[in-house]
Amino acid sequence: MAKAVIPIGPYHPLQEEPEHFLLTVEGEKVVDVEVHIGYNHRGIEKLAEHKSWQQVTFLVARICGICSTSHPIAYCNAVENLCRVEIPERAKYIRTLVGELERIHSHLLWLGLAGHFLGYNTVWMWVWKWREPVLDIFEALTGNRNHYDMLLPGGVRRDLNEEYFPWVRKELGELKKNLEMLSKAILDDPVIISRLKGIGVLTPEDVKNYGAVGPTARASGVKIDVRKDDPYAAYDLIQWEVATCENGDLLDKVVVRILEIFESIKMVEECMDALEKVKGEVMATIKEVPPGEGIGRHEAPRGETFHYVRSDGGSSPIRHKVRAPTYVNLPTCKATLPGSQLADAIIILASIDPCYCCTERVAVVSDKKKEYLTQEDLIKLSWEKTEKLRRKYGK
Amino acid sequence: MGWREKILKRSLWVYHLATGPCNNCDIEILDLLTPRHDVERFGIKLVGSVRHADVLLVTGIVNRKCVPRVLRIYEQMPAPKLVIAVGACPMGGCVFKGSYNQAGPLDKIIPVDLYIPGCPPKPEAIIAGIAKLLEKLK
Amino acid sequence: MKEIKERLGDKLLKIYEHTPNRIYLDIKREDLKEVVEYFFLDRNLRFVTASGIDGRKEMEILYHFSEDSTGKIYSLRVKVPKDDLKIDSLTSLIKGAEFIEREIFEMLGIEFTGHPNLTRLLLAEDWPEGIYPLRRDEKGIRDLKERNWEKKNG
Ligand code: SF4
Repeated sequence: MAKAVIPIGPYHPLQEEPEHFLLTVEGEKVVDVEVHIGYNHRGIEKLAEHKSWQQVTFLVARICGICSTSHPIAYCNAVENLCRVEIPERAKYIRTLVGELERIHSHLLWLGLAGHFLGYNTVWMWVWKWREPVLDIFEALTGNRNHYDMLLPGGVRRDLNEEYFPWVRKELGELKKNLEMLSKAILDDPVIISRLKGIGVLTPEDVKNYGAVGPTARASGVKIDVRKDDPYAAYDLIQWEVATCENGDLLDKVVVRILEIFESIKMVEECMDALEKVKGEVMATIKEVPPGEGIGRHEAPRGETFHYVRSDGGSSPIRHKVRAPTYVNLPTCKATLPGSQLADAIIILASIDPCYCCTERVAVVSDKKKEYLTQEDLIKLSWEKTEKLRRKYGK
Repeated sequence: MGWREKILKRSLWVYHLATGPCNNCDIEILDLLTPRHDVERFGIKLVGSVRHADVLLVTGIVNRKCVPRVLRIYEQMPAPKLVIAVGACPMGGCVFKGSYNQAGPLDKIIPVDLYIPGCPPKPEAIIAGIAKLLEKLK
Repeated sequence: MKEIKERLGDKLLKIYEHTPNRIYLDIKREDLKEVVEYFFLDRNLRFVTASGIDGRKEMEILYHFSEDSTGKIYSLRVKVPKDDLKIDSLTSLIKGAEFIEREIFEMLGIEFTGHPNLTRLLLAEDWPEGIYPLRRDEKGIRDLKERNWEKKNG
């Protein structure tokens, strides 16, 4: 059968961020995929070399709007690792609380978009409606809906106002109820199940080969989570479990994320309990950053965020390397896409919860080998297909 | 007010273009569509193709790789063309100012009708901005 | 640690523990593949990423491997002299290394021999040849102001 290339993006109605996929299809089947990124590249690694250690925290917060506290946490971990400092306990809890609230909001966001990609806009509207209270919580606790800018190397910038905690508990309780309802509704729906089950399977071997992280890996039964493996902040001070599934298909990716939201709600509540007891400073002073190297990690909603910084003892890093989770999760579509139906492609691509801003990077179609179909060709093809179907079913 | 503006004012169709943002502005734009803000009640609708759009919402620092695409999308847009720059990024670059990959600010590349500052602007601010733009059309 | 020292023998130039979980190993460029095979296949570590650094005198590439059972990160440091910017590609071993090698190629100008598709990943198509944003020498961008779009277009 003739091969055709379908470009998706860079500006595609189904994607909110610019990225470019070239799907090679044989009929309805996807046989190959090529990814082009780079429409979001802002040269952050270079900019970081021109900013002071403190300023970089706000720069990395703006790598991505959804993970706007994950990157700072990883960066601060790296600087603290470099200087070998411990942050005050209260700051640890605050970091954990903000990090987990962010996970809730990010997973809800993805869940809504996933519904949208499936053509199930009800889910989108519901979930985003429930996401608003989470943003309200953020606004009350940190001062902004999205870019919280709570962190600095050495601790957190401001203390939380405990007066809000009862209200936060109430809102989270309601969210939990709504989510329970939603997860039942999703998991009961035969249409959703049949569109998700067994589609886009990522095997544990591929997880290893591509180095996939986060919920993408955990859905395939690979139990990796930086929060447990290499604890930082208050993750070793509170009780929680890592959620995993076995099959690695789209359904499991949804399930893993829903389970994580419940886990995160629990963690936020625990942090609030702890914060009511643990008082004290929220900032450790870092006088100077010695020459050397530091590595910091954080389990962002999409997986492990990795920051590497190098200092020569000056006022700004001389090298700052950022590895966002999508950077390793995105190539896994090479393993999951081929063999699937074209109609499933978007949701498979979306299943890793891609964040191109984090990846910082996605083209012009210029493949000489394959021909491009014009509109007339497509119409002709569709006529032929209809003819064929008509003959087949005798109508 | 000409008949064209009159019709335009009733229902703005919006196309969203991201040119290297941190995607927070984009999320706030999407947020506009969801139940709490629900701009569709004002007739504002996000469309899938720029050829149907009256308004171009641009976010991001306009990165180099995007420039040819931004120009092309602007050309494809039917007149009257309204361009809104959302967030601090298309205005001056926000924290990314001075990056080697920044080709903006946006108004150096295409004419801009409205700026909505903020990092990110709250959804309310975006609605307020669009309302102001409608005033201007009178 | 001991095990690694024994196993690698004289392939290991230096081993340094910054904090208990962050271990840096210096190795020679020629031994890269073998050492990576040991870490990736035998020890079954996860490949995190690679960072390319312009260390003025020579280029450095750090390959970060994470041991998820203990939370340790092993960073293999390979030095690449500036007059011969070549290194073996790891793509045949680790599929996930494709993107990062392309990125280091465009950012620092290091060539990866054996890479199936060594083209630009992030930078624009009209980015001038021979300018590598993360370099610190005359091939890099020295003055951030210089780069501007208007200047380039006159
Ligand atoms: S203005 Fe701020 S929130 Fe908006 S895209 Fe730029 S950095 Fe992100």
